[in-house]
Amino acid sequence: MDSGSNSEAVFIPAIGWRRWATDHLMTGLSVLTVVIVLVPLFAIFTYLVYKGIGSINLAFLTQTPKPVGEPGGGMANAIAGSAVILGIASLLGVPVGIGAGIFLSEYGRNRYGDVVRFVSDVLNGVPSIVIGIVAYGLVVMRQKHFSALAGGVALAIMMIPTIARTTEQMLLLVPHAIREAALGLGVSRWRTTLSITLRTATSGVITGVMLAFARVAGETAPLLFTAFGNQFWNWKLDQPTAALSLQIYTYALSPFDDWHRQAWAGSLVLIVLIVSAVAAVRIVVRRGRLAGA
Amino acid sequence: MSNHAVPRPRFTAPDPERGSPEGGPKAALKIETTAPLLQGKVSELPDAVFGWTMRLCGLGVIALLGLIVYQLVIGSQLSWHAFGWKFFALSDWNPVEDQYGALPFIFGTLVSSFLALLIAVPLAVGVAVFITEMCPTRLKGILSFTTELLAAIPSVIYGLWAIFVLIPIMRLYVEPFLGKTLGWTGLFAGPAYGYSVLAAGVILAIMIIPIISSITREVLTVVPQHQREAALALGATRWEMIRVGVLRNARAGIVGAVILGLGRALGETMAVTMVIGNRADIAKSLFAFGYSMASVLANEFSEATGDLYLSALIEIGLALFLVTIVVNALARLMVWSVTRGQPAKSMA
Repeated sequence: MDSGSNSEAVFIPAIGWRRWATDHLMTGLSVLTVVIVLVPLFAIFTYLVYKGIGSINLAFLTQTPKPVGEPGGGMANAIAGSAVILGIASLLGVPVGIGAGIFLSEYGRNRYGDVVRFVSDVLNGVPSIVIGIVAYGLVVMRQKHFSALAGGVALAIMMIPTIARTTEQMLLLVPHAIREAALGLGVSRWRTTLSITLRTATSGVITGVMLAFARVAGETAPLLFTAFGNQFWNWKLDQPTAALSLQIYTYALSPFDDWHRQAWAGSLVLIVLIVSAVAAVRIVVRRGRLAGA
Repeated sequence: MSNHAVPRPRFTAPDPERGSPEGGPKAALKIETTAPLLQGKVSELPDAVFGWTMRLCGLGVIALLGLIVYQLVIGSQLSWHAFGWKFFALSDWNPVEDQYGALPFIFGTLVSSFLALLIAVPLAVGVAVFITEMCPTRLKGILSFTTELLAAIPSVIYGLWAIFVLIPIMRLYVEPFLGKTLGWTGLFAGPAYGYSVLAAGVILAIMIIPIISSITREVLTVVPQHQREAALALGATRWEMIRVGVLRNARAGIVGAVILGLGRALGETMAVTMVIGNRADIAKSLFAFGYSMASVLANEFSEATGDLYLSALIEIGLALFLVTIVVNALARLMVWSVTRGQPAKSMA
C-alpha cells in the first residue's frame, strides 16, 4: 500500500494528464452528439409549427381540394378519410392484438408462446410498404379497386404485433397474487383474466394501443396502393379514400406553392392529432383510474 | 359461498391416498369425471372457449406472417419464372420492354442505409452514453422524451422537411464543400442537385437515431452497477469506466440496436422516395440520383400495368421482406442476449 501511494505521487500526474484529457474529450464529444441530434429535432418542429400555423385556416379544415392550379381549398375530406381508415384499422386490429397479448401473458409461458413472441417482434420490423402489398393482394385484387377497407386492413396488420407485445408486458406487471386471489374465490379463469387482470392493467394496455395507433396514424407507404387517395368526399368503405398523409405526400411533390403551404398545414394537423389523441387517452385513463381507486 | 368452498377439499382429498396404492392417475381421473359438481361443469365451457379464442389470436400473429409470405410468394411467381436468380443481378429496369432487374434498387437501398448507419451510430451511441452515464437526473427525462419524440414524427413529414430544408442545405453548402475537399475520391463528384443518395442517407440517419439510441440506452441501463463501481474503484476515469465497464459489457446489445436501426433504414419508404431522386442508376458518386427498393414500390406499384411488371415489383417486395426479416431476427436475438440474461461475457 505504501509503495503504491508513493509511486502514485510520482507517476500519475504524467499518465493522468493524458487520461484526464481523454476523459474530458470523450465527455465533450458525447455532449456534442446530443447537440447534433437535437438540432434537426428542433429544426423540424419549429419549421413545422411556423409553416403550419401560417397556413391553417377555416377553409383548410372544411373544404375539399380545389382543382390543380386554383388556390384555396382544404383537406377536410382527407382528415375524415384518415379517421375512417384508422377506425377500420382499430376495429380489426385492437381486439386481435389484445387477444394475442392475453394469450402471451396468460397462456403463452411456453415454447409456443415464445414462437408467437418472436414472430410478433419480427413482424414489427416488416417494412410498411410490404404490408401494403399484402393488403393489396388480400383486398384490392379481390374487389378490383382501391378502398378504405384495404387501407384499414393494411394498418390493422401493422397494429396487431405492437399491441400484442405491449399488452403482454402490461399484463405481466399485474401481480400473481391478484389472479390467485380471484381464482381462489372460485372465479372462473376467463372472468379472472378479463375482470381482474385486464382491468388492473387497463391504463397500460390503452397506452399501448394508443402508441400503436400513433404509429400507424402517420403511415403513408401502405396506403399508397390500398386507400389510394381521393380529391372528393367519400364515405363508402369500398371506394378510394383520401388520407391526410397521402395528401401531404402528393402536395409535397407538386410544383405549386399553395399546395406546399397546405402540405405544411396538413403535417401540423397530423402531428397535433397524433399527440392530442395520445394525450387525451392518457388523461382520461388516469382520471378513470383515480375515480375507480 | 359455502357451495363453492365445501365440495372442493372433500373432492381433492382422496387423490393422494388412492393414488399411491394402485393405478394412481386413473383412479383419480374417474372420480373427477363422475363427480356431480354442477359449478365445475358450467364454468368449464366458457373457460375453454375463452382460452382457445386467445390461443387463436396468438395463432393469428403467426398466421399473419404466413399470410405475408404466401401473398408475396404467389404474387412474384411470374417474375421468378421469367428471370430466376438473374433478377437480382440485372441492372436493366424497363417496363416498356418487360425487362426487369432489381440491382439498381438493391444498390440504392444498401448504400443509403449504410450511409445512414455511418452517420447515425456514433451519434446515437454518444447520446445513449450521455443519457445513462453523464446526464444530470433532471435533464434525463427531458432528453429521453425529446429523442423519443423524433421517433413519433411520421416519415412523410420528415420527407416534407427534407425537401424544403435539407435539400437546399445539401445543394448550397454541404455538397459543394464535400465536392471541393473530397471530390478526388470519386464518391463526391458531379453536379450537386441536392436530391441524391447522400441526402437519403442523411434523412435516414436522422430517422433511425432515436431507435438506435433508445435501445442502446435500454441495454446500457441493464449493465450491472457493480461493473461500473469496480472500474471506478480501480482508479478508472469516467470515460475508462464507460469503455471498460459499460460499453464492453453491452457490446452485443449495442450491435443488436444498430442492426435494428439498419432494418428500419432498409424498409423506410416515404422520406427516401422524396429525396433520393428516383432514377434506376448505379453510380459511384453519392451526389447522383438513386433509387431504393421501397421507393420503386411506392412510385410504380399502383401504376404497374402488365402482369409481369406487377410481379417483378412484388418480387422486390419479397426480397425486401426477407432481408428485413433476417436482419430483425438477428438484431432481436442480440438484444435479448443482453437484456434477458446476464451481461454478455466480455471476450477481451
